[in-house]
Amino acid sequence: MALLQIAEPGQSAAPHQRKLAVGIDLGTTNSLVATVRSGQPQTLPDSEGRALLPSVVRYHGGEKTIGYPAQAEANQDPVNTIVSVKRFMGKSQDEILATWPNLPYHFVQQSHGVALLADGKSRNPVEISADILRHLRDRAEASLGDELTGAVITVPAYFDDAQRQSTKDAAKLAGLHVLRLLNEPTAAAIAYGLDSGQEGLIAVYDLGGGTFDISILRLHKGVFEVLSTGGNASLGGDDFDHAIVHHWTTRWGLSESLQKAHYRRLVSLAKATKQALSDGQSITQTIELDGQSFDASLDRTAFDDLITPLVKQTVKACRRALKDAEVSADEVLAVVMVGGSTRVPLVREQVGAFFGQEPLTSIDPDQVVALGAASQADILAGNKPDNEMLLLDVLPLSLGIETMGGLVEKIIPRNTTIPVAKAQEFTTFKDGQTAMMVHVLQGERELVDDCRSLAKFTLTGIPPMTAGAAHIRVTFQVDADGLLNVTAQEKSTGVQAEIQVKPSFGLAEEQIAQMLKASMANAKDDMQQRMLKEQQVEAARVLEALEAALDEHRGLLSEEEFAQLRQSMDTLAQVAQEQSTDAIKEHIEIVDNASQAFAARRMDISIQQALAGKQVQDI
Amino acid sequence: MNYFSLFNLPETLTLDTHALASSYQTLQKLTHPDKFATASAQEQRIAMQKNAQVNDGYSVLKHPLSRAQHLLSLRGLVIDHEQHTLGDPEFLMQQMEWRETLEEISSDEAALEEMQTEIQANIKDKLTGLASLFEDEQSNNEDIANEIRKLTFIYKFSAQIDAQLDKLDDF
Repeated sequence: MALLQIAEPGQSAAPHQRKLAVGIDLGTTNSLVATVRSGQPQTLPDSEGRALLPSVVRYHGGEKTIGYPAQAEANQDPVNTIVSVKRFMGKSQDEILATWPNLPYHFVQQSHGVALLADGKSRNPVEISADILRHLRDRAEASLGDELTGAVITVPAYFDDAQRQSTKDAAKLAGLHVLRLLNEPTAAAIAYGLDSGQEGLIAVYDLGGGTFDISILRLHKGVFEVLSTGGNASLGGDDFDHAIVHHWTTRWGLSESLQKAHYRRLVSLAKATKQALSDGQSITQTIELDGQSFDASLDRTAFDDLITPLVKQTVKACRRALKDAEVSADEVLAVVMVGGSTRVPLVREQVGAFFGQEPLTSIDPDQVVALGAASQADILAGNKPDNEMLLLDVLPLSLGIETMGGLVEKIIPRNTTIPVAKAQEFTTFKDGQTAMMVHVLQGERELVDDCRSLAKFTLTGIPPMTAGAAHIRVTFQVDADGLLNVTAQEKSTGVQAEIQVKPSFGLAEEQIAQMLKASMANAKDDMQQRMLKEQQVEAARVLEALEAALDEHRGLLSEEEFAQLRQSMDTLAQVAQEQSTDAIKEHIEIVDNASQAFAARRMDISIQQALAGKQVQDI
Repeated sequence: MNYFSLFNLPETLTLDTHALASSYQTLQKLTHPDKFATASAQEQRIAMQKNAQVNDGYSVLKHPLSRAQHLLSLRGLVIDHEQHTLGDPEFLMQQMEWRETLEEISSDEAALEEMQTEIQANIKDKLTGLASLFEDEQSNNEDIANEIRKLTFIYKFSAQIDAQLDKLDDF
């Protein structure tokens, strides 16, 4: 027993034990997992030493292959090999086909969003992403030797609620406890340590294989604020490869049929050539196509000429992003380079010239996001209790509701610091009306049609009254991950209106539950054991935190309240020894109810004490 | 919810912005969900609700206009998000004059800046007047509400001048 126990709220005074937490970059082209070891973030490689996992899943003969082997098989089985599933997260079939009309997949329209038919079974993007995440979780647990406490998963800064929710659902399906969804540019900035010390604007330039993103962040008093984002969802390093191939085939006068027959080979040679030209000035080589030899040499100057128009496009997007943020290039304090394609010298030159400074490139641009996420995961898991820094995030897109005439009324404007809660009052327009519908949208435009539909909520159980007499208070709450939650209450009667959430895209709560059950049926014992253990750990966590809280603030409870809480805790401790997951869950809830007021009072007391202490210091 | 007491600050319109920022940071460190990432679901929920109040409180107290509205609501009159027309002919006349002037000088940067200075001085006057209205317990809530409505207009007008200045900058 320690002589003195000092615990921050939410952190028990238990003996210090390092928690295993990882950062995951769930990327469009590649995904990575990283963790902090001996104080340093590092990526966790596969058994062959490769840090990257291509975001490719192939479903074949009831089995799935993930990563490099799936990528190798993509050409022979394009229909069943899902490449870059991130593009489809939280999107409808129409949206997907409008952007990528030539995809080889069989899409199946579902009530919310879309599924892909592969190997005779339809799976939605959340399930496919979960397969990638599960693969990374397995890799991390094998390499760290124990189960993970939690993970920080990165998402693009512009991801809306549906896309964020889908990412979180995928993690849940993969059995990962999400500590936080973190914006990719913020993660990259953290990896460079920009969160400590300096204040000012940071530009994050992210050029991947198939996408380009530019984000302007402001760092002010420990608040990371995303000022603007821009980019191009179909511009990336792959376009550099295609430009090289086009250059060669034009020079050779290669027939269309020969081009088609050898396109894959030509693209891989172009990719290798591009990589060679990142260090060298020229490369001399030939390629044999159907017994004929072609000169595939290329020098840096010719390559630069080929890609200049593409790089110019990205610089243009940078200019627009600065304009949106209402700042100028010379105000930018640091430029962070992310994505493999930022290795190309011309890209570095042009970006450096535009911002008038040398961009930061010392960290591997493929790994920088995962490394930043790992650092944040380490802090969130409680491994750095002295850390003072806080990442305050903002809502990326305004939230609003549909009003008369197809207009959107903003409830929470973009760039509001999250978490945030805003209440709005509604009334009935018919006598005896007992239900109403609220349509929630996200975006900056004024018309419903120009914004993204997030969900339709049906409020039922409104007590029948004359028109306009019922006052329904609907509370929109956005959590620290940028995810929306809605509750409603009729004010005069206090009746809690039921809310039925119909997400426009992504999955409903029941669907997730169903999928979890289905995946349990496959590996029944394993999953059940896992769930039992999870509940036992949660019970221990609840009890431990409460014991520490009671040691400190026993006086905040009346004798009666204390007796009741003590009894519920004793029962939970007993039930936790037994084998029923449901019973443990139920008793955690009982303890939860019995300690609710206590927890709220403790929070208030700690706030009062901290603010009073500060005042004494000020004097 | 009284945001002044949440931030442990006196209930006045004139506010020490350093004290506000410092309370905000202290409250963030105590309530931000990141500090509860491995806590129980209950603690996470309570922290998130508290933290949302802290964020909302900060945004309300930060700006003098929303701070004034909040002070008035603590006196029992809620006037945010309302559609209300002012019945003060003198003020209406001034509004019209200002608008006409803005149109006349819309491409004259120096004149716009001069006008902005004048408007800022006017805002300061109004705030001082409001502050003393709030300090007097006998003040009529409707009188205070009308002063806040005028202030709302003047702030909007000031933003219009800024927008016009930005436009000139673009050329």
